[in-house]
Amino acid sequence: MENFEELFIQESLEMLEELEASLMELEENPEDENLIAKVFRIMHTLKGSSAMFGFDAISEFTHKIEDVYDRLRSGKMRLTSHLIDLSLAACDQIKLMLSDKSLGISDVRIAKILDDFQLLAEGKRKLLPTENESKPYISLTKKQSKKSDLSSERIYRIRFKPNQDITRRGVNVSFIIQELTDLGTSTVVAHTFDIPNLEEINPELIYVSWDIIITTNKTEEAIRDVFIFVEEDSVIDISIIDEVDMDDDSEFECKRIGQILIERGDIEPEELNRLFKDRKLIGQVMVERGLAHPDMVESAFAEQEHIRKTNQKKRQVAAKASIRVSAEKLDRLVDLVGELVTLQSKLTQFAISKGSDDLLRIAEEVERLAWDMRDNTMGLRMVPIGTLFSKFKRLVRELSSDIGKKVVLEMSGEDTELDKNVIELLNDPLVHIIRNSIDHGIEPPGERKARGKSEYGTISLSAKYSGADVIISISDDGKGIDIEKIRKKAEEKGLLTRGQDYTDKEILDCIFSPGFSTSENVSKISGRGVGMDVVKRNIESLRGNIEIDTQIGKGTTIILRLPLTLAIIDGLLIKTGDSTFVIPLPYILECVQVSTHDLSIFSADVIDIRGEAIPFIRLRDRFSIHGRTPDVEMMVVVEENGKKLGIIVDSVIGEHQTVIKNLGGAYEKIPDISGVTILGNGDIALILDVSALMSVDVLKTKGGV
Amino acid sequence: MVKEKDMEEDLSREDSLQVLTFCLQDDIFAIDITKVREVIEYSRITNVPHMPEFMLGAINLRGMVIPVIDMRLKFGMPKGEITVNTCIIIVEVDTGSTGGKTIIGALVDSVKEVVTFEPERLSEPPDIGMHLKPDFIKAMGNEGDSFVIILDIDKVFSSEELLTISLPQNKEEGVEKND
Repeated sequence: MENFEELFIQESLEMLEELEASLMELEENPEDENLIAKVFRIMHTLKGSSAMFGFDAISEFTHKIEDVYDRLRSGKMRLTSHLIDLSLAACDQIKLMLSDKSLGISDVRIAKILDDFQLLAEGKRKLLPTENESKPYISLTKKQSKKSDLSSERIYRIRFKPNQDITRRGVNVSFIIQELTDLGTSTVVAHTFDIPNLEEINPELIYVSWDIIITTNKTEEAIRDVFIFVEEDSVIDISIIDEVDMDDDSEFECKRIGQILIERGDIEPEELNRLFKDRKLIGQVMVERGLAHPDMVESAFAEQEHIRKTNQKKRQVAAKASIRVSAEKLDRLVDLVGELVTLQSKLTQFAISKGSDDLLRIAEEVERLAWDMRDNTMGLRMVPIGTLFSKFKRLVRELSSDIGKKVVLEMSGEDTELDKNVIELLNDPLVHIIRNSIDHGIEPPGERKARGKSEYGTISLSAKYSGADVIISISDDGKGIDIEKIRKKAEEKGLLTRGQDYTDKEILDCIFSPGFSTSENVSKISGRGVGMDVVKRNIESLRGNIEIDTQIGKGTTIILRLPLTLAIIDGLLIKTGDSTFVIPLPYILECVQVSTHDLSIFSADVIDIRGEAIPFIRLRDRFSIHGRTPDVEMMVVVEENGKKLGIIVDSVIGEHQTVIKNLGGAYEKIPDISGVTILGNGDIALILDVSALMSVDVLKTKGGV
Repeated sequence: MVKEKDMEEDLSREDSLQVLTFCLQDDIFAIDITKVREVIEYSRITNVPHMPEFMLGAINLRGMVIPVIDMRLKFGMPKGEITVNTCIIIVEVDTGSTGGKTIIGALVDSVKEVVTFEPERLSEPPDIGMHLKPDFIKAMGNEGDSFVIILDIDKVFSSEELLTISLPQNKEEGVEKND
């Protein structure tokens, strides 16, 4: 039972996330009925499942909110920013209720939210928009149509009635229609009612007009562009229909009323059904009464059909979403596949030694399969970064309105995939950076105007691949960072020496020092000087790095470079005694051959490499490895934060790309070791924790020198 | 059927116990069979630095990295020779404080057999005269004229027991060890 409850909470949290995202989207497209329906659906699911798991308060809470959305859905209410605010607050409340089952519906905060919803639902407050409170919401987040998901697609109805003599101007109408249908999924209906009797037909004239229903993510302008040469000679009417226009059809309206009546118990469902059976389709009625031409009706049907299909497709896309698998199982699968690869290389070795062609062929096939499997299982851990990005919409919305700035959040590269662990660990750093951008970067609207910028500041988040790395950049078009100001502050704090020359990069790096802030007044959002150092530390713990690029008056870009996954690293295999170790490649500067003589020149553990004194440690001593030291040893020089350290080992084997595993349980925190890996031959190698080795050495040399 | 018998039995000893017996030096020990995942032959063990001596290192069990503990050293016996009979018993341990299950390999001289002890053949461990921590012993199993020491493996491999890390404090100590 515990398990189920956990699962429920997990799922609910995800649903709430989705709900938040939908609400933000709804704010941009307040007319989108699909979104309203989605919000309604999530609320409904939450209601049902929370009741099932004994979270009665949540069930009751969502039930009340659902009522409001039902009114919205049936068009009895209008969407206001107030409603979005309330709904977001409700999301937070549900989260609290999930973690604390004892929170009842009568809790003050919950009651307050419900009251507000009640007021909304009754329409006492918001039915008539008042001047300052419920102006239709201005879109906060600019839509970027780079992503091609279905939600950004619209349905257009295009009425195209060319002048009859249009062909005389050398226009081929079929090309235009072809071009239109290429824009997206479309349904074309030709109206033929203007075609005269055969004897009156002039073959050079066009009598036909068209209704084209098209689902596309292109803009209306793009559609209008198709008609650019015929605009003057035709009647062109483009309108966005989506689902909304379905309401025009009174049949649907009737059904709605019927539904309400049933819900209230005023009418039995059977009676209503009987009524509907007797009723003719509205189209038929219209035709019979001569109100509409059959052609027109047919076209309307085609439109209805098209919309239905589009919606169906949307639902299908949503349905194929995902299966939930515990990370543990996934890791196990990765382990097993790794083993399979190891075994397969043994098989290949064996096949080669046997010299049997048949066996070799099989071994090769197994090899291909094994590598494919490995790649695929690795891919399982990857999730698109868009899931993370979309969380920031709300952050930006709330922060900017809190401090009275206008900020638009743009995103691109949402489908860039990263290891789930990396994405989770990226959240905090990104929050810090975005907060900083809003607080320090983007100017207040007035100031922006004065500088000739748009009133709305833009923060753009983007992600893209770069080799085995992912580059995430966060840029704003704010006032940029004043390098001189940073320099002054850094000199005050003793981070930089007065009067010395520094590159811009060196000065900017001071931002990452703990406690550094140039902000004179500490605001709610930032300015305390905590943050950027945390960001840097977090990013480095992900084996990534961070860079700042800024231009005064134009804005700041922060670039994060991260590895695709934490599960694989490039390392250098080294050997000391019988043990094999891996040193992560990014730390390594060079490998030098050293003899015992070289090492004994100084009394302290320092070696002279091309005139530079480098402290060193012997892995053999450090790890108490038994055995005789060879006459000629290898020294691997590693560097972190500008500090260098030589690690003396018996021999260097070579580069190796490895899957990191943790030792788990008993070996969870071994000093100097950051993980283990399994080598191709099935042996285990330990991965050295270079930063730990470095910090140890610092203590030692202080005492020694 | 066991249950019925239990009702009349002393509450502290309810069930018959199925165990896997193994040898360490001259003694016979046993582990509750439900804790045993499998028994594997001795294979090369990778040494892990900074660990107490009884922690031999880690092995690769079909892609899982598993720590191996020398049971002789753990119980204060002299280190044994590796023979054809040397085995690693893979056990699943509830590590208590850290929560969850940990898989650990226990290196033993040899594995004997699976024995079922009826409740009447089990007795409390003696208070004195044992070189083991009394906590480690679940019960004593009476087998003919000898006793089998049934271990409480969760206690033996509790995280407090395992997380005793030895760090070379300074360079000198490290060098001494090497000599």
